[in-house]
Amino acid sequence: MGRILAARLAQIAATLAILSFAAFALIALMPGDPIEVAIAGDPRLSAEDAARLRALHGLDRPFHERYLAWVAGLARGEFGHSRLFARPVAALLGPALRATLALAGTALALALVLGVALGALAAARPRLAPAVDAIAVMGQAMPTFWLGILLIILFAVMLGWLPAGGVPEQGFGLSHLVLPVATLAIAHLAAYARHSAAALEAALTEPWIRTARARGAPERVVLWRHAFPNAALPVLQLAALDAGALAGGALVTEAVFARPGMGRLLHEAVMGNDTNLALIALLVVALVTMLATLGADLAQRALDPRLRER
Amino acid sequence: MTRLGLGLGLLAVLAAAALSAPLAAAWLGHDPFTPDLLARFAAPSAAHPLGADDLGRDILLRLLYGARVSLAVGLAAALAAALIGTAAGLIAAWRGGVVDALVMRLADFMLALPALPLLVLLAAADPARLGLPPRGDAAGDVLRIVVILAAFGWVGVARLSRAAALACLSREHVRAARALGAGEARILARHVLPALLPTVAVATALAVAGAILAESTLSFLGLGISPPAASWGNMLANAQELVFSAPWAAVWPGLAIMLTVAASGLVADGLRRRVSPG
Repeated sequence: MGRILAARLAQIAATLAILSFAAFALIALMPGDPIEVAIAGDPRLSAEDAARLRALHGLDRPFHERYLAWVAGLARGEFGHSRLFARPVAALLGPALRATLALAGTALALALVLGVALGALAAARPRLAPAVDAIAVMGQAMPTFWLGILLIILFAVMLGWLPAGGVPEQGFGLSHLVLPVATLAIAHLAAYARHSAAALEAALTEPWIRTARARGAPERVVLWRHAFPNAALPVLQLAALDAGALAGGALVTEAVFARPGMGRLLHEAVMGNDTNLALIALLVVALVTMLATLGADLAQRALDPRLRER
Repeated sequence: MTRLGLGLGLLAVLAAAALSAPLAAAWLGHDPFTPDLLARFAAPSAAHPLGADDLGRDILLRLLYGARVSLAVGLAAALAAALIGTAAGLIAAWRGGVVDALVMRLADFMLALPALPLLVLLAAADPARLGLPPRGDAAGDVLRIVVILAAFGWVGVARLSRAAALACLSREHVRAARALGAGEARILARHVLPALLPTVAVATALAVAGAILAESTLSFLGLGISPPAASWGNMLANAQELVFSAPWAAVWPGLAIMLTVAASGLVADGLRRRVSPG
């Protein structure tokens, strides 16, 4: 286990290093370097001022020097400033990361529980299977942001039960969390329902299920005690593959509901030409996603002895 | 009806609707791109079958013109991804060694990263600096999104076609062809590529669904197709601004996206069942 963990962590570090270089190079192609933006905003700045500012911020140096200086800064924990929010990037990351993890974590837990329940329903009652399948197909085809807008129209505009978005000035804001969590959970539930239905149906054809039934075990015990543990592994594997999609889903959900979070921070930074913030937010999102994938993989390995031997 | 038939039928209806957009515009006598302030928030009527949006533009016509964008982007991105992916997978399986390792490491790299955050960053890159038409130019926007989505979509196709090509390259008929003195190019083109087609077809149908969803998401986030050109994604971005004044504007574009994506998914599912029964 220790060797695998070390190898995977090294892989994550290498992926981040390549991503940081590629993204840094890409940012050089983004519209307007910060100095051009400053000139456009203030006509009193002359060409000499611009040259002086570029030299001050190191923008006149060649690309590889800028990249190395930036990486060295990151290694020292200097994340720089956000031009858009006029605050240190490090101060923005903490709250945003917490907000996104709360949203995505709750939604994932809900999607897992409801998805597996739906899958079990389809496996236990074959007559309901086509209905569950149809719900799952629609759920997977539905764009997350449309689902969010529909929920806003139904629960915020027509019924007026819940706020349409944002967060309260004070307090935890549970009522503000309901619609975003529901949106993200419904968007991800479909895949779990389909996957667990297939896994349970496969497990229910195994010989030990026939043995359990022959011993007179009730159908409920057969399903949850005998079939489910074997079906849990493929579902966990899906959870590992889902981490990246969850990060994307959180970005869209945060955009629809105007919720603070990593996805919205990245989106706003990209829209507002705040290159430094965009880069660091992307790297943090990528790191958290890869760590989540690793966590799910390790859990799967811990539960499945066949994977442990290799 | 089979899944394949249902999916293809739905896609055909959607394609026919997209092609008929100019006809519908002539029939109704509006232009879906110019504001008509007298028709703001018009309720559904004979003149505006699905009503009009905040600028008085006909929602049905924008939906039909949006279908052109969504279908064009989805099909073009998926076909480009299929071409690149098949070539990459085939070459990786055939050459093996360093080439194989490089292609597969690149694929692993892209699969490990969260796709949408990366797409957001990529979509924000300024095409004008590369000498391409600036953002907001309708054709330029479509091309930009197709290129970005193809750059991501090839990975899935490449992995599947590599696995299929590896299986095929070790089969008897390939070795027999080699023993008979067939050239490598002939073996790949005549004996391996046809065996990959079922796999590639399934992967391409899935890529169409993924590309249409990704395009609508990017357009919704303001990074894809920019108004006044119509896309289902940017129509929904506009509709979200109007949830209090015109909630019905949000229904149709989302329904259209869902139908199209579900149809592509059905095609993929149906093809898979036909290729490997059971």
